[in-house]
This record gives sequence, structure tokens and C-alpha cells, in this order.
Amino acid sequence: MEPEPETLNTPNGDTAAPHRPITNPDSVLDVESYSSLYSGRTKITRLLFIAERCDVVSMQLEALRMAYDEVKKGENTQLFREVVSKIAGRLGDAYGPDPDWSDVVDRKADARKDKLENELNAYRTNLIKESIRMGYNDFGDFYYAHGALGDAFKNYVRTRDYCTTSKHIIHMCLNAILVSIEMGQFTHVTSYVSKAEQSQEAVEPIVAAKLRCAAGLAHLEAKKYKLAARMFLETHPELGNNYSEVIAAQDVATYGGLCALASFDRAELKAKVIDNINFRNFLELVPEVRELIHDFYSSHYASCLDYLGSLKSNLLLDIHLHDHVDTLYDQIRSKALIQYTHPFVSVDMRMMADAFKTTVAGLEKELESLITENQIQARIDSHNKILYARHADQRNATFQRVLQTGNEFDRDVKAMLLRANLIKNEFYSKQSKKLHNF
Amino acid sequence: MNLNMSSGESIVAQIQGLSTSPRDISQLHAFLKQSDDLIRSDSTRFAPLLTLLDPSIHSLGFLYILDACTSGPTPKEQANEHVCTIARFVKACSTEQIRMAPEKFVSICKKLKDQVMFLAAPIRGIAPMLTAIRKLQSSTEHLTTLHPDFLLLCLSAKCYKNGLSILEDDIYEVDQPRDFLLYGYYGGMICIGLKRFRKAMELLHHVVTAPMSNMSAIAVEAYKKYILVSLIHLGQFNASVPKYASTVAQRNLKNFTQPYLELAVSYGTGKVAELEACIRQHRERFQNDNNFGLARQVVSSIYKRNIQRLTQTYLTLSLEGIANSVQLNSPREAEMHVLQMIQDGEIHATINQKDGMVRFLEDPEQYKSCAMIERIDSSIERMMTLSKKLTATDELMSCDPAYLSRVGKERAPRLDFDDYDPVPQKFSM
Repeated sequence: MEPEPETLNTPNGDTAAPHRPITNPDSVLDVESYSSLYSGRTKITRLLFIAERCDVVSMQLEALRMAYDEVKKGENTQLFREVVSKIAGRLGDAYGPDPDWSDVVDRKADARKDKLENELNAYRTNLIKESIRMGYNDFGDFYYAHGALGDAFKNYVRTRDYCTTSKHIIHMCLNAILVSIEMGQFTHVTSYVSKAEQSQEAVEPIVAAKLRCAAGLAHLEAKKYKLAARMFLETHPELGNNYSEVIAAQDVATYGGLCALASFDRAELKAKVIDNINFRNFLELVPEVRELIHDFYSSHYASCLDYLGSLKSNLLLDIHLHDHVDTLYDQIRSKALIQYTHPFVSVDMRMMADAFKTTVAGLEKELESLITENQIQARIDSHNKILYARHADQRNATFQRVLQTGNEFDRDVKAMLLRANLIKNEFYSKQSKKLHNF
Repeated sequence: MNLNMSSGESIVAQIQGLSTSPRDISQLHAFLKQSDDLIRSDSTRFAPLLTLLDPSIHSLGFLYILDACTSGPTPKEQANEHVCTIARFVKACSTEQIRMAPEKFVSICKKLKDQVMFLAAPIRGIAPMLTAIRKLQSSTEHLTTLHPDFLLLCLSAKCYKNGLSILEDDIYEVDQPRDFLLYGYYGGMICIGLKRFRKAMELLHHVVTAPMSNMSAIAVEAYKKYILVSLIHLGQFNASVPKYASTVAQRNLKNFTQPYLELAVSYGTGKVAELEACIRQHRERFQNDNNFGLARQVVSSIYKRNIQRLTQTYLTLSLEGIANSVQLNSPREAEMHVLQMIQDGEIHATINQKDGMVRFLEDPEQYKSCAMIERIDSSIERMMTLSKKLTATDELMSCDPAYLSRVGKERAPRLDFDDYDPVPQKFSM
């Protein structure tokens, strides 16, 4: 990771220093503090992901070590074996394959499974709805703890027939959502979120916040950044760390902030993000995101892009965000360029290149692609390196379209009449053939 | 069996006698139909009798005898003679009379075409064919069987302008669908030769989307040319065959024209090197289809397309910049291209040679001149006529018994209660 510059120079000579006291210049992701935000299975998967994606060997080993410790606290022997194979003996004997532990756990698991099955059968013969529901639920929990996610999901869904109160339904939905997220099947997540929301009138704020986060994750996965942003922004700050088996509050801030910046227009950004008191609580947890949003809004693009750059490497280690980072970054950069040129009739490209910390040639290329996509209405004077705003002449454009429509109508109707005639002839020839056959 | 001369002479006498009034002519027609076999069996005898007949007055009779004489294989020496006779006849004949026996007229014209092709002098057939078409057509909207033959002659003789006069007519009535396909294909080729790409696209499009029950090779060839012309003229190609094309076309066209579709895809990237590589790869295929010349034109059009795209983004650009973004070799080449395009009216720009800069200008058309108003006005009138025609056709169709019976069957036979007027009925106790 390259170190960031200590000071900034914006072209207007703004005081830039106060923007930068927060980040650690050598901000390597602190694996321990990162993983302490999460609990349960997601902690292990996240640590494994970091180990896989990270280049720094020390971080890798740190992550794997913590994953090993965490797995041993649980009962998932499958995952344990996976972690061990990844460690490949690099951490010494204390972190090697522990067949005794695995055997003990497996035997206990079998015993518990039998017990649960007997109980469930008993309940089923007695036909007590509540017990059956809890039986299936326990089964679901059991399978989840042992990593059989498909079976866990099936069992959770089976409780649906035995749910009597809306609380039960919410419980079922939350479990189903959790397993679906772990499995990566986000279509289920969306459907169960909507099911949960439909079931109850007065939803508890924490539960509502959890559902919002889950929905936001599903939208993010589906690349619907605007919807994802809206979901994250509506999350109630009461969430705190109550959903640590899925997402941390910091993540809500990061995901919500970045998606909003990439997809909202200026008015929406102000109303829903900057003036949003609830979301402010989340942003406090990730000051860089807060700063970069404010910079973007106040047109300090250079510092905004700097913050983005410093966050990038850490974001690439996040299991939900990693394959969206590039898209989001491109969208944010394009938005910045468009916003910069919007109020002006003519823009000096040299000043703009300074503001965006890039060369004039590079800037020209970027502007060219934005103009071709019709996101900026302007033209480049390449000789003097000036960008001129250009507003299409409506009147001329209308006349052109009129003449063109006329020609198209002409052509299409004539072709149509011709084809109708051809079909008619064919029809008659077929008819006459039929008559001849008699 | 030796037929005595008197029967031949009697036929001639009949022809001469009955060729005056319309009633007589129909009588003559019946008589000739009866004697057709007789004439055919002894055609060599009748040939000299032709001199006794005047083609303009005795057209019908002349036609029958001429047809009998010229059907069958022709020896080389007689080819020239036949050509002259037929050409003279076509020029002089009377329109109403030949319309009574159109098949015979068509057959002698086809014979004419075969002979001029055989003599390798297609240009001799052009004028007679044109006259023949005009006489045979019931209106300028009518497509006869002779149209494609005429266009073929024009193509072989490279006299494209003559073909154009026929192509300018809008066709609405077609005798034989097969003629139409050939007409469209040859017509498209003539327009390509004259560089009238818009009209070529129209004609080729007609061929491709014509209703057909089996895949026609003509349609496949037309589609290949259509792809290339679309790239040259519009700079893009819409790979989806329109829904109103026949189902066989929709399913099969793509299979036969793979190299061309690949060419269209590589054109879409805008990169000249890729396009040239693609052309080199399929060179043999293009040459076999006689489309290599068109393919080369596609390459030169991609430069134009790229330069036109530049006019949308830049106000001024150096020649070097143009050369780089359009992938030309040097600023000089870029200057030549831009100059050519300005002269052809494809872009509006000025070149400043001192700085090596090109300044792109807006389209100077203000749509305020009288000429423009007239143009729009005439367009509107044309549209209105066309609309009326369309409505008339629609009305005609709605009265057609076949259509009504078909539609009637599909509608549910039972009556809904809602069809009745919701006015309460009077009680009658």
C-alpha cells in the first residue's frame, strides 16, 4: 500500500490540512479490530476472504489464525478442515489439524441430531404446532452451526406452516435471510424481507433496521445502487451492533455513503444523506466517508478523490463490496466531472485537470467519453484546451426530426402496402391451386 | 405432311381482315388461339409471311406468328435477325392488342433477352425492353415479369442510369413473387453501382422481408449485400430481422451469412485494424460472393464514421489528433479525408493549414428558407396521399368476404348480456 501525501493543494488555495487528521497514513486494515465487529459464521468467512485476497503475508496469517480460533469455538468441522488446509502448517503445531477435536464434535453432532429427530417425531405425532415449529427451528440452528446451509434453509422455511404469531414469522424470515446471505442467494433475501415487512404493522425498530440492511445488501448484490443506498439510509441507528452476524454499523455507513454518492443527484444527496440525522450516527463511525461526501458536495473534488483512493484497498477486502468498488468509483468520478462542468459556459481544461489531479490529455480523454455518452453537453476546443458548453438548438433539431419521421413513414407504409399485396397474391394463388385440385 | 400454302395465307388474310375494330379483334383472338398449334407446327413457313403484316396494326397476329417462329432453339446466324425483328416489333406494336396475349409477349421479350446475352451485346436489348415494360404495365405501380430481365440487362451492360428510371417508380402490384425478389436484388445492385445507397437499402430490405414460405437464395444474397450497404450508409447495422419478415427468413438468414455478421460486429467497435483483420480473414468468402468491392467500401466508410463522431465532441482538433483517434497513418491523410468529406457535404468544417487545426462548424441549415418550407409542404402532401391510400386499402380489406368469414369464426358465437342496452324493460304482467 502506498503512503498518501500529507498535504493537499487545491487550485483555489483552500485550507486543506484540516481535512486529513483522521486516517492513519499507513492504514493497513487492522484485522483484529475489523473482525471484532462481527460474530458468528460471517466472521470466519470474512477472515477467510481477507486471507485469500490480501497480499501481505503477515495479515494473511493473522486472519487465518483468528479464523482458526473462531472456528474452534463453534461446531463446524467442515469449515475447520478448510481453515486448516489454508493455513497449511504455517502457524506451527498449535494451529494444525486437530482430529481429536473433530471426532468429538462430529460424534456429539450425530447424537444431537438423533435426539432432535426423535423429539421432532414425537411432536409431530402430538400435533402441537408450537413444538413442531420449535423442533424445525432447532434443526435449522443445528444444520447452520454445522455448515449444512441448504438443509438449514429448508428447515427454517418449514417452520412457516407452524407459525402462529407475526413474531414467529419475523423470526423465521430473519433466519432465512441470514442463511440466504451466507449462501449468497440474494433473491431469497429480497423475498423474505418483503414477507417480514408485510406481516406486522408495528415493527420493532431493531428488527426493521435489520430488514433494511438485508434489503440493502440484496440490492447492492444486484447492482441496483440507488435502491441499495435508499435502504441503507433508512436504517435506524438503533441497529448498533445487533446485527453483527451479518453486517456492522460501519458497513452501513460505507455502503450507504458510497452507493448514494454514485447514484443520487445533488438534491437527493443533500436531503437524504447530508441532512439525514439518523444516518449521521452511522457516518460518525467512518469519518472518511463522512468527509468525502461533504467534500463532494462542496466541490472539493481533489480531496474527495483522495479519500476514495485511501479507502480503496480496504474495500477490496470486503466480501460484499469488492466487486462493486470499481464500478462505484467510476461512477463517482464521472459524477464529479459532470458536476464540475455543469455551472459553466466555458471551462479551462488546465484548471480542471489540476482540480482533479490528472493531466490535460487524460482529462480530455475522459471528457470525450462522457460527451459521447451524452452525459455532458459540451464540446472541446482542443487547440486552446477549453471546454465549451453546448446546448442543442431545439428548433433545428425538431425540423430535422420532422423530416426524418416523414421519410420513415413514407418508407414503412410503402413497404407495408407492398407486402400486403404480395401476401394477397400468394393467397390467391394458393386458393386457385386448391380449386384446381378438385 | 405437306401443308398447302393456302392455310397459311388464309390465316394471314384473317389477321389482316379482323384487325380493325375491337369486336373483330376479340374474334381474331379466339381464332388465333385455335390455330396456335397449327402455327407452331409449321413455324418456318410462316416466317416469311411476317413481311405481309404490319406490326402496329396487326400486332396480335404478328405476335402469335413471331412467338411461334422464335420459340425453340435458335441457330447462331439467326440470333441477330431475331433480335432485330423482335426489337422492331416491340417498338411498333399496339398496346391494347398485345395486352390480350401477355404471356406470348413476355415469352418473346425473354427470347430477346436470351439472344442479346448470347450475342454478348446486352446493350442492344435495353431500349426495346424498356419500351416493352412500359407497354405491358397496366400502371407504373405494376411489376411485370420483364422488370428483372430488364435490370439484368442494365447490369450486364453497365448502363445503370437506364435502370434507375424504372426503379424510381413505386411498386404496389406484383404478379409473381419470384419476379419481385429478383427485381429487388438487381435493383439494389444497380443502386449500389450508382452509389444511391439509401434506395439500395430500401430495395434489398424489401427482398429480405418479403413473405416467403421457403428460404430463397435470392433473399440470402440480398441480405449479405444489405448488411454491407447498411454499414456504408448508416454506419451501423441492426442485427435483428424485423418481425414482419417471414418466419423462415427470421430463423435461417443468420445461419447463411455468418462472415458478414462478424464484419458488422467488428465495424461496431470502431477500430480499423480489427475491421481489416476481419475482412482479410473472410476474404475468400467475400470474393466468391462478389462482394469484395463492397467490403472495401465498408473500410473507407469507417474512417468517415469515426470523423463524424469527432464532430460531436470537439470544436477544434488538430489534424494529428484526428489521425490518432481515427487510426490513420499521418496528419496528411487525415487532411485528405476531412477535405473529401467537406466537399461531399458530409461534415461542416474549416481547415486551418497554418496551425494544422480543423474547426468543426454547426450545420448552417436554419430551416428558415422558402425552399425548405416548400420541401416540408410537399412532404406533408405526400404523406396525406399515402395515408389516404392506406385507409382505402384497409377499407377494401374489411369488405373482403374471406377476411370477414375468418374474423367472424374467431369471435365467440354467444352473445353477452352486456351487449344489450341497460335500459330496464317494461314489465308486462
